[in-house]
Amino acid sequence: MTTEQDKILAEVTKGEYKYGFYTDIEIDALPKGLNEDVIREISRRKGEPEFMLEFRLKAYRHWLTMEAPKWPHLKLPEIDFQDIIYYAAPKSKPKLNSLDEVDPELKATFDKLGIPLEEQKQLAGVAVDAVMDSVSVKTTFKETLAEKGIIFCSISEAIREHPDLIKQYLGSVVPPNDNYFAALNSAVFSDGSFVFIPKGVRCPVELSTYFRINARDTGQFERTLIVAEDDSYVSYLEGCTAPMRDENQLHAAIVEIIALERAEVKYSTVQNWYPGDKNGKGGIYNFVTKRGLCKGDYSKISWTQVETGSAITWKYPSCVLMGDHSSGEFYSVALTNNYQQADTGTKMIHLGKNTKSLVVSKGISAGRSQNSYRGLVKVSKKAENARNFSQCDSLLLGDKCGAHTFPYLEINNNTAKIEHEATTSKIGEDQIFYCNQRGIDTETAVGLIVNGYVKEVINQLPMEFAVEAQKLLEISLEGSVG
Amino acid sequence: MLSIKNLHAKIDDKEILRGVDLKVKPGEIHAIMGPNGSGKSTLASVLAGHEMFEVSEGEVLFNGKDILEMAPEDRAREGLFLSFQYPVEIPGVSMVNFLRTSLNEIRKYKGQEPISASDFLKLMREKKKLVDIDSKLTHRSVNEGFSGGEKKKNEIFQMVMLDPKLAILDETDSGLDIDALRIVANGVNNWKRPDNATILITHYQRLLEYIVPDYVHVLYRGRIVKTGGKELAQELEAKGYDWIKKEFEEQV
Repeated sequence: MTTEQDKILAEVTKGEYKYGFYTDIEIDALPKGLNEDVIREISRRKGEPEFMLEFRLKAYRHWLTMEAPKWPHLKLPEIDFQDIIYYAAPKSKPKLNSLDEVDPELKATFDKLGIPLEEQKQLAGVAVDAVMDSVSVKTTFKETLAEKGIIFCSISEAIREHPDLIKQYLGSVVPPNDNYFAALNSAVFSDGSFVFIPKGVRCPVELSTYFRINARDTGQFERTLIVAEDDSYVSYLEGCTAPMRDENQLHAAIVEIIALERAEVKYSTVQNWYPGDKNGKGGIYNFVTKRGLCKGDYSKISWTQVETGSAITWKYPSCVLMGDHSSGEFYSVALTNNYQQADTGTKMIHLGKNTKSLVVSKGISAGRSQNSYRGLVKVSKKAENARNFSQCDSLLLGDKCGAHTFPYLEINNNTAKIEHEATTSKIGEDQIFYCNQRGIDTETAVGLIVNGYVKEVINQLPMEFAVEAQKLLEISLEGSVG
Repeated sequence: MLSIKNLHAKIDDKEILRGVDLKVKPGEIHAIMGPNGSGKSTLASVLAGHEMFEVSEGEVLFNGKDILEMAPEDRAREGLFLSFQYPVEIPGVSMVNFLRTSLNEIRKYKGQEPISASDFLKLMREKKKLVDIDSKLTHRSVNEGFSGGEKKKNEIFQMVMLDPKLAILDETDSGLDIDALRIVANGVNNWKRPDNATILITHYQRLLEYIVPDYVHVLYRGRIVKTGGKELAQELEAKGYDWIKKEFEEQV
């Protein structure tokens, strides 16, 4: 572990956004702009059944009646939705049967990102789905999973191969009219991952999707759907990067999770979209709707997120605790630097009896960034004995950044026990001096202190992603001291 | 090893050190005593490089190098260690991770390879015996939730782990019960070698019953006004500081 630490420290001195390269690969894209014809064309190219096109068109028509949200604590520029490409695919053979058929340029891209598509990833116990721009490139490890009845494939494939499951579950947790960006996603989503864990199966490996925006002027609208049947378990991870560009790019995803009786789903994100440069130019707008439904009794959904990227982040992974004795968890680290803005948090909706939720949020603000936690705990009338504990900590580096906490409580049952703790602290000069006196320079000391501060959350991540997350935090803080 | 000449230092234009002179040779233990507010802790902080204090005059050579121009971390890497009067808590950072980072930074400075995990753990096991520190403490976060005595023991444990050339112990005895005091003193005595040196900063003579100094200095109003052997400490214990103050004022 500590040699890893050393590597991380060595990385720190390099700084910069290191995933900012662009892959020169032939792109098959639709022209810019959005209308019903574009949606029909997306659906046609993906070979979707009729019900899917209807789903999209309905969402699109609803979206036209909606307005972008104004309530987040963000400075949000107007987005010209006609100036975005809604479908871009790396040009290659229509169907990939083996790794040899993956475009070598593409393969090199994922190698560069440290995402080997080879099956040797099996050794690390991770199955990978890689999504470049609008389409899923390659899913590894599929056959082994299939033996257990686990489905892990791109959502496009699922729509074609498993239409009944899609019909049953897609949009059941996040309805197309849920919010502005959810409606947009439902209309134009291009790809993403689908996971189905059948009754009584514990998924033996970590499932992982890697999202990459590559093409210029492209929006990425991915869609992830995870269904865990009774007594099943799965741990799922997503990672995100993008090239460095001067203009802003839009990312509006939806993730839906359904956990049936006694099922447990762990969903972890390491989000490192391009945050823009030091002066706030460029970067990804990350507007994401993530929601899990604890449908069955004793089910459990746990969100863990490490957010270091994006120019603007707007996201609230939520749990709807419908089943009795179900529980939801939310662990979050959100780091903002330079001119980044983040408005993130969670919603815990208690509907069933004896439901529990836990929120641990760690915000870190540096530079001139603004970092907000926004969290809702709602207890419905019938939710007897609901429990919630929320802890929201903010750490400030410097005096030009901001940290804000907006907790909302709606309690309609007086048996509920709700606790909320919030702290704001600055990295103490005395802490840094103490490290200095032990031979540790200030930049390393800040990395050490920050990683200590977020440990509770990082510990929730699978080992190798924990290391990656720590590394990301170090890099993202580069130049924020002194 | 350490040579301080006419050291002046101030904080917010208030002069606290007003011309300190001190020489420490390898193998020696020096005690610096003095009434409250005489500048003892300031001297420790200035030597360690705390930026709160401004050095306005004087020179400090450490093994022939002028350390006043060095960053605090470089002074530490050169082998200067400060045991803090009030050790700082760093939540979430384990002692193991902290000490290993520290040790490796020092090794890097000296052009040495980082220590391997197994060698490091072996080193920790060995050094723990010197300080009689509880294994539980080294598995916790740096000083987090430690009692006053545990924090001080932990400082001495770090000292023996990092094995500096010069250790400055700032009021390490304050807040210790008699058992902890004995443990801390044993740690320092066991660590003592002909090639290292210790400066004990203390208000009371009590610690000096366990760690016998070669020299005792009295710091008063920012200057060393009296130097003697270990018997000076006993004299101070018996008579208090008033006679020193009187002597000093007569000189002025």
